[in-house]
Amino acid sequence: MKVAERQFTTISGVPVAPVYGAEDAAGLDPGQPGEFPYTRGIHRDMYRGKLWTMRQFSGFATPEETNRRYHYLLEQGQTGLSVAFDLPTLMGYDADHAMSEGEVGKCGAAISSLEDMEILFRGIPLGDVTVSMTINSPASVLWAMYLAVAEQQGVDWERVSGTLQNDILKEYIAQKEYIFPPKPSMRLVTDTIEFSARHTPRFNPISISGYHIREAGSTAVQELAFTLRDGMEYVDWALERGLEIDSFAPRLSFFLNAHSDFFEEIAKYRAARRIWALAMRDRYGAKSERSMKLRFHAQTAGCSLTWQQPYNNVVRTAIQALAAVLGGAQSLHTNSLDEAYALPSEHAVTIALRTQQVLAYESGVTNTADPIGGSYFIEKLTSNSEAAANDYIRRIDGMGGMIPAIEAGFPQSEIAAASYRYQREVEAGERIVVGVNKFQSDDHPIELLQIDETAARHQVEKLAKLRARRDNGRVQKSLDALRRAAEGTENTMPYLIETVKSYATLGEICDALRSVFGVHQETAYL
Amino acid sequence: MPRPIRVLVAKPGLDGHDRGAKVIARALRDAGMEVIYTGLRQTPEMIVNAALQEDVQVIGLSILSGAHNAVVPRVMELLREKDMTDVKVLVGGIVPDEDAEELRRQGVAAVFQPGASLDGIVNFIKKTIEVS
Repeated sequence: MKVAERQFTTISGVPVAPVYGAEDAAGLDPGQPGEFPYTRGIHRDMYRGKLWTMRQFSGFATPEETNRRYHYLLEQGQTGLSVAFDLPTLMGYDADHAMSEGEVGKCGAAISSLEDMEILFRGIPLGDVTVSMTINSPASVLWAMYLAVAEQQGVDWERVSGTLQNDILKEYIAQKEYIFPPKPSMRLVTDTIEFSARHTPRFNPISISGYHIREAGSTAVQELAFTLRDGMEYVDWALERGLEIDSFAPRLSFFLNAHSDFFEEIAKYRAARRIWALAMRDRYGAKSERSMKLRFHAQTAGCSLTWQQPYNNVVRTAIQALAAVLGGAQSLHTNSLDEAYALPSEHAVTIALRTQQVLAYESGVTNTADPIGGSYFIEKLTSNSEAAANDYIRRIDGMGGMIPAIEAGFPQSEIAAASYRYQREVEAGERIVVGVNKFQSDDHPIELLQIDETAARHQVEKLAKLRARRDNGRVQKSLDALRRAAEGTENTMPYLIETVKSYATLGEICDALRSVFGVHQETAYL
Repeated sequence: MPRPIRVLVAKPGLDGHDRGAKVIARALRDAGMEVIYTGLRQTPEMIVNAALQEDVQVIGLSILSGAHNAVVPRVMELLREKDMTDVKVLVGGIVPDEDAEELRRQGVAAVFQPGASLDGIVNFIKKTIEVS
C-alpha cells in the first residue's frame, strides 16, 4: 500500500498527523497538576503522595468462596475490594427464581439476602478496607445490606468508605441491566445521593461509568461525552431534590475504560477532568474545589482481550494500565489474561495484580506528576477530545437531557454504529488484532476457573432455610412500609435498611419496588 | 428471485451484553438476510415461539454469561417438541471448547467463539441453508 493512501487514525477513527509541533499546541497551556481545571491531575504531587488503589473486581459462585478470594487478594497486597455480583443479583432476582436458572454465581457472587452479605465480608473490617460494589438497578438495596453489615461490625457509618456503582443511565445506554423505568430509577439514585450526603460522608454513592459504554463498542469521545452528560443528569436531579451542589458533588466518582490506543486514552482522561471542572464551576456554580475535581477508577478493556493466544492479553493489559496511570487514575483494575474465557483463576488474577505492582514500583512513572504533560500530541489530542465531547453534550442538552436522549435511542444508536464500523474494519484487515486477524498460531490451552451448579444448589438451600427461620411478620411489615414510601416522595433508604435487616430477600424487595414502579422494556436499536 | 434467508437473533438468559448480537444482526442483514432481533432476556419458550411465528430457518443465540448449558439444551428440546428440527441453531459467545462439543452433540449446527469472523458466519449460514 502506498503511504499516501494509508489512513492513520486512533482506534476510535480520529485522524492522526505524521508529527506534532509547537504550532499544534499553541495556546493549549495545560496548567499545573492539582490546579483548576485539573487537566494534569487532581493532586499536585500525584502518585508521590498516594499511589492509586489497586482494586481487582472480583466475585464468583457463593459468598463463602468469594470471601476466601478477598482474603487471598488482601494477603497479596491488594489495597481495596471490588465486588462482582452475579446476574440474578444484578437483576434483582433471588437465587431460587426461575429466571436465575443456570446463572447463579456464574458472573459474580450470588447475594440474595443480608445473610449472604454477612458471609461475603466475614473477617473483613469495613472500617479499614474500602469496598467498591458493582451494582446498579438494585444498588440501594445492596448498599442497605452493606451498611447493615458495617453496623453489625460496630463501624460507624461516618467511617465507612467505598463506592457504589449505582449508575443506571449507562445501563439503559450500554450494559442493559435495568429493572425499573428511567424516572423511578433516577429517584432511587437520588435517594442514595441524598442519604449519603447526610449519613456517609466518606462513601461515594455513585460511580458514573463510561467503562460499559466503551465495552459496548463506543468511541473514546462517545465514552467521554455520554459519561459526563450522565454525570450532569445526576447533578440536575440532586439539585432538583433541594441539595446544595457542594454538599454532594465531591462524592461523585467516575469509572472509565483503559482501552488500547495509548495516547487517545491519556488524552481522554485529561479532557474528562477539564470538562467536569469547567461544568461544575460554570454550569453549576460549585465553589468547593473538591466538587470540581473528577476522581476516577479505571479498568483495562475487557473487549480488547482475545480468546486466541491468551498470554498476549498480559501485554495488552500492561499497556492499557500504563495509559490509566499516565492519565492520573485514582484506582485501577487490571484484567486477567483468561477473561476472554471465564472469570479469572487465582493464578491469572495474581499476574494482573503484579502488573500494577510492576508499574507502581519498578517503572519509575510515579516519580513525577503528569510526566507526559506538554507533549504537543497529547495537548492537541486532549483539546480535540474535549471539543468533540462538548459537541455531543450540547446535542444531548438540545434533546432535553439524557433521559429523552435515551428514550430516542440516541446514545444507543451512536454506539451501535461505532461498534459495527470497528468490527467491519477488523474484518477487512484495516485494524490488526494480533493473533486474531494477523499472526495467528496454535494456542496452548489454559487452566480455567469452572463454576458448576453446586454454588446454585448451595444458595437455594440456604435461602429456603432463611425463609423458614426469619420473622416473616416483620418481613411483611417492612415490605409494606417500603411500598408506601416508594409510592410517595420520601427517601427510600431508611425503609430499605429496615427491609434488609428483617432478612427480606433481594427478590422480595425488588418485587415490592416493581409493584410500584413497573419494569422497563427497551426498544432495541440495531 | 429466491426468498431471502430468515434468521432470528436472540439473547436468552439475564445477560445484557448485546454488542455481539447487534453486530451479527447487522452483518446478516447487510448480507441480504431477513433478520428479526428478539431483544434481551428471552426464555427458551419465547425464542422458540418467535421462531415459529416468524417462520425462520435459522436461530442465532448469543450468550456471554455462561448460562449456555442451561439454556441451549432447552431450546433444542422445544424445537423437537414442536417438530421444528429443520431450523438450524447457531450459538455465539463465550462457550468453552468442551461445552461447544456437547452443544453440537445435542444438535446445534455451529458454535462461534470469540474472534469468529462475520464473513465466516454469513458463509456458514448460506451454505447450510442451501444444502438443506
